[in-house]
Amino acid sequence: MTTPLHVGFIPLIDAAALIVAVDKEFAAEQGLDVTLVREVSWSNVRDKLNIGLFDAAHLLAPVAIASSLGLGHVKVPIIAPFNLGINGNAITVSPALHAALMAEIEGDAFDPMATARALARVVARRRKSGAEPLTFGMTFPFSTHNYQLRFWMAAGGVDPDEDVHLVVLPPPYMVDSVANGHVDAFCVGAPWNSIAVDRGVGHILHFVSDIFVHAAEKVLAVRQSWSEKNPQVVAALVRAASRAAEFIEHPANRAEVARILAQPERIGVDAEVIQRTLDGRLKVSPDGSIRDSGRYLLVGREGAARPDPVQAAWLYAQMARWRQTSLSPEALKTAIAVFRPDLYDAALGKTAPAVPNRPIGPFAGPAFDPNDIAGYLASFEIPRRTR
Amino acid sequence: MSAEQSPKIVIVDESPIRAAILEEGLREAGYTSVVRISEMQSLLARIYALDPDIIVIDLENPSRDILEQMFQVSRAVRRPIAMFVDQSDAASIQASVDAGVSAYIVDGLKKERIKPILDLCVSRFNAFARLQDELDRTKSALEERKVIDRAKGILMKLKGLTEEEAYVLMRSTAMREKKKIGEIAQSILTASELLK
Repeated sequence: MTTPLHVGFIPLIDAAALIVAVDKEFAAEQGLDVTLVREVSWSNVRDKLNIGLFDAAHLLAPVAIASSLGLGHVKVPIIAPFNLGINGNAITVSPALHAALMAEIEGDAFDPMATARALARVVARRRKSGAEPLTFGMTFPFSTHNYQLRFWMAAGGVDPDEDVHLVVLPPPYMVDSVANGHVDAFCVGAPWNSIAVDRGVGHILHFVSDIFVHAAEKVLAVRQSWSEKNPQVVAALVRAASRAAEFIEHPANRAEVARILAQPERIGVDAEVIQRTLDGRLKVSPDGSIRDSGRYLLVGREGAARPDPVQAAWLYAQMARWRQTSLSPEALKTAIAVFRPDLYDAALGKTAPAVPNRPIGPFAGPAFDPNDIAGYLASFEIPRRTR
Repeated sequence: MSAEQSPKIVIVDESPIRAAILEEGLREAGYTSVVRISEMQSLLARIYALDPDIIVIDLENPSRDILEQMFQVSRAVRRPIAMFVDQSDAASIQASVDAGVSAYIVDGLKKERIKPILDLCVSRFNAFARLQDELDRTKSALEERKVIDRAKGILMKLKGLTEEEAYVLMRSTAMREKKKIGEIAQSILTASELLK
């Protein structure tokens, strides 16, 4: 007896655990007959999950929270029993902006504080000369990319709502948009940064792991009501994804995983580009320079798969910081309850780990305290309070 | 916008035929102010310039995420725009998602004025999908016809058969092997290609 499931995903490398769970038959071993449905927009994934066309989905963590809070759309409570990826995004800038930043930079180009301050100087110089504000692309209003870009530039003194333009762009349009000058930079997940570098139209300025040590990115999302009616199915899905995440993280399997993800009906880009992301070994400049990181994208290792409610609280704090919502204790409670480590533990027969979760580890600002979000947000100078 | 005026409707669709079908439907229904956008470059800027009351977008369009941005507080937005769908509209959402279309509505527009527009979009999108299906079926039938004709020609030449005999041979083989005649014809073409 198998359970048929429809699961939506966006062709990005952090959908790997779902894709491998299906294509290596880990889902079938759990009695699940999963049909993966490739989607073109986060709005579609959200809507089809909300109305039940999808049973589960690869979803931006902030969209799961926004949907549960009814922000920007219909309120449908969503839960995340499994975290599909930690980190994995990067900030890519056009060759022109890269040159401008490098002309202004004081210090190490890998230090996000140095680049953010250089950006503030570039922004000031452009304003003085009457040039158009810089435009940055990101993937969705409720996206990690939006918050990561904002966090980074604000630390250097750039107000993302006042000093630059931030625009939403679908990931497959990012590379063309930077090539034709529609945007000067973007923050997006893999493989799009690498593709911009390969085409010679972008430099990877930062891995998001330069900005945060450990940032929740995509989740396995299901409707709360559906999960309550189908607890066994949710548990089976968590086990299948967990098995896939372990498989993906094993270095000996990387080439096979890259081949699976490269299939046209999955992510549909070169296996070689995908493997760079999995290995955390990326070409960062059109001149061929390579940069390694052990934290580029985490699919399961270092506790990455276990949802951490502190991450949900942090994302909610970003929504409040950038005025997508106002702070309320009830909303915070709702946001935190989206991330369900209890379901993760129960499905895998684990007990809650004794060691605390990895902290988010932002490169600037105070440590995050989910019990005092107002105090945490008050410590930032941007957004400027004068406006 | 006065209540009597026809609302300004923007159709965002990369399929020009479907957009034309939809526009025609809207005009027939008396909506006179309809603009089509098929170029996704600077989509938001164009929408702001047009200042529509209603935006209709197809769900195969990745640019849908760009429209979601309009709900955000931003200097660029002159007035708030909210999605038509609210908690009570589950059936409408279902129908529009099934049809492959979504709509964004300026806040303040009365719901009873929107409903007929959305219903019209859903029915025209469904009609287009049926048309597309039919076209695909006709195309593949035509393709099959060509394959069968070529296979017939090969049999006639190699086995010295008449056209009628060649066809009967393929048909009886198809029946015996529980396959379609098109598949048998295709294997004849493949085999003859290999044996060339």
